[in-house]
Amino acid sequence: MILAPTALSSPETDARGTVSPRAAASAIQPYVRLEHVVKRYAPGGPAAVDDVSLDIARGEFFALLGPSGCGKTTLLRLVAGFERPDEGRILLDGADMAGVPPYTRPVNMMFQSYALFPHMTVAQNVAFGLRQDGLRRREIAPRVAAMLDLVKLGRLAGRKPHQLSGGERQRVALARALVKEPKLVLLDEPLAALDRKLREETRFELVRIQRRIGITFLLVTHDQEEAMSMASRIAVMSQGKIVQLGTPPEIYETPANRFVADFIGTVNFFTGHVAGTDGPLLHVFCPDAGAVFTVEHEPLAAGADVAIALRPEKIALEAPPAEAGRNRLVGRIAAIAYRGEASSYEIELATGRTLRATLPNTRRRAPPFAVGQSVGLTFEPGACVVFRP
Amino acid sequence: MSDAFRRRAVLVLPFAWLALFFLVPFLIVLKISLAETAIGVPPYTPLLDRGDGGWSLHTTLANYQFLFSDSLYLRAYLNAIKFAGVSTLVCLLLGYPMAYGIVRAPRAWRGLLLLLVILPFWTSFLIRVYAWIGLLKGNGVINNLLLATGLIHEPLALLNNAFAVYLGIVYSYLPFMVLPLYAQLEKLDPALLEAAADLGCRPWQAFGRVTLPLSLPGIAAGALLVFIPAVGEFVIPDLLGGPDTLMIGKVLWDEFFTNRDWPVASAVAVAMLVLLLVPMGFARRLLRDETA
Repeated sequence: MILAPTALSSPETDARGTVSPRAAASAIQPYVRLEHVVKRYAPGGPAAVDDVSLDIARGEFFALLGPSGCGKTTLLRLVAGFERPDEGRILLDGADMAGVPPYTRPVNMMFQSYALFPHMTVAQNVAFGLRQDGLRRREIAPRVAAMLDLVKLGRLAGRKPHQLSGGERQRVALARALVKEPKLVLLDEPLAALDRKLREETRFELVRIQRRIGITFLLVTHDQEEAMSMASRIAVMSQGKIVQLGTPPEIYETPANRFVADFIGTVNFFTGHVAGTDGPLLHVFCPDAGAVFTVEHEPLAAGADVAIALRPEKIALEAPPAEAGRNRLVGRIAAIAYRGEASSYEIELATGRTLRATLPNTRRRAPPFAVGQSVGLTFEPGACVVFRP
Repeated sequence: MSDAFRRRAVLVLPFAWLALFFLVPFLIVLKISLAETAIGVPPYTPLLDRGDGGWSLHTTLANYQFLFSDSLYLRAYLNAIKFAGVSTLVCLLLGYPMAYGIVRAPRAWRGLLLLLVILPFWTSFLIRVYAWIGLLKGNGVINNLLLATGLIHEPLALLNNAFAVYLGIVYSYLPFMVLPLYAQLEKLDPALLEAAADLGCRPWQAFGRVTLPLSLPGIAAGALLVFIPAVGEFVIPDLLGGPDTLMIGKVLWDEFFTNRDWPVASAVAVAMLVLLLVPMGFARRLLRDETA
């Protein structure tokens, strides 16, 4: 199929009936399937990818998120065919990829370094895969032109990669990975080499392009903002395993464990023990905060050890502090990090414990709080996430 | 301002070096090539002559015309180009896999393998060429070995022929091919080959479409380093060659030292230099493509 502009115009489905990512996420039918995939770089050594099973729906924008060394890039290379799994299977649209070399897999990759061919022009780079497939020149030219239009690079078709800016190179790499219309596009840290402003713009651009052409995307990133703002679903990886799989809000608001809560965003942790239950609420005494936290959780035995995670933006500040009450702490502002749209406050409690709160800067003038000021902290019972050790 | 000055100052030394040791000697040779031979010291007529009517300029193109009149010179040039060209090709065919292999070898091995390539330089070039005589001659090491094993019954003619000259040139100049190729291939980003595979290239196709075009500057540099000295090579054809291996370097030697015809010898040298500008022009274009 040639990606003519008319075929690209519908955002929900393309000519092949590819389902939009939103529709796909709701009714998952595996298109890419990983079954108990294990990869060791040294025989008997530690597993870089440790028993990973995963289903990705057709048309989905899926992200593998984790710190460096968590195995996410290895997993991507396994799917691309650059590495072979020691155990398990990788299925693509029902076909087992075992023994299928990269050059015959219906998968294309956008490399972190972009890996553009320096001796070829932008158009030649994009046409590379089509030429390799033995297409005729008159078939190749319109597809390359349509793809360059899609990534808004038409006017640079005759340039060599070293004559392009970082953002332009990134778009050439994307066009080259898309032009063969693979079943799956792999993106290895696609925005890592861009500066912040361009990175944010490119996120929207990537999502727009993915929706428009309906090809399934598998993204690897260590940047949680990148994963959350683009992906329909995220698998958080740590030490070769998937520790949580879910939509961005699920990952952020109901992290499965302390690692996920800590890795995604900023979080204040408190440890304590259950002091009592009250219907859907749980009272937890936290010695380091010197207070009882009332949190939403199913009943637990009194005295049980728990950890509480409280995100900085879920905390409200007031000055002067009101009377102590439920989920009210009193502290002193130790430091303020001004970020423009919001400010982060480091607040020291009477116990000496510090915690972080973030408030949007809704007013232009007169900062609401000052360093050294005594403030009250409040939060909803539902704002806290409870972990059992 | 001072930056620009400093940048220019850095260039003074190499330019002065080239002017002193390349340009000045070349001009002297050029001057001699325009003179006539004379009996005396030096054995040629001066460029400027003080006659009755003051100073007069003495130049002649007769030496160059002489090069064309005697087919010996043309044959010697063509022979030299043939020997150098074939040897360069053989060096490329042998050196490319060697350089590629070293680049692909485990990191710990690379230093050792490169050392092995450079190792022959630790022995004098002349001694190594003499050693080949000992290996190749009628009752040399190779023939004796083959006779002893019964593979042959008469010694093979390995020395004093074209084969020995090719062998000598390839052996002597192979490192000059391997090293620039290694430097070029080492720069190649392995991700480019993965990208090629990802886009549908089998390994040999990726070699043809990515590795080979990107190593062209290394090929050009290596080919120049082998071809240019090989064209003027004198020692190897003199020691290993026979009557059929007349090369221009040998002719040059004979003109200078046997015939003591400095003007003709100089003309031979100048013509050789002009001849070598052709491959250098080609190589320059290849080398420039890398940055374009």
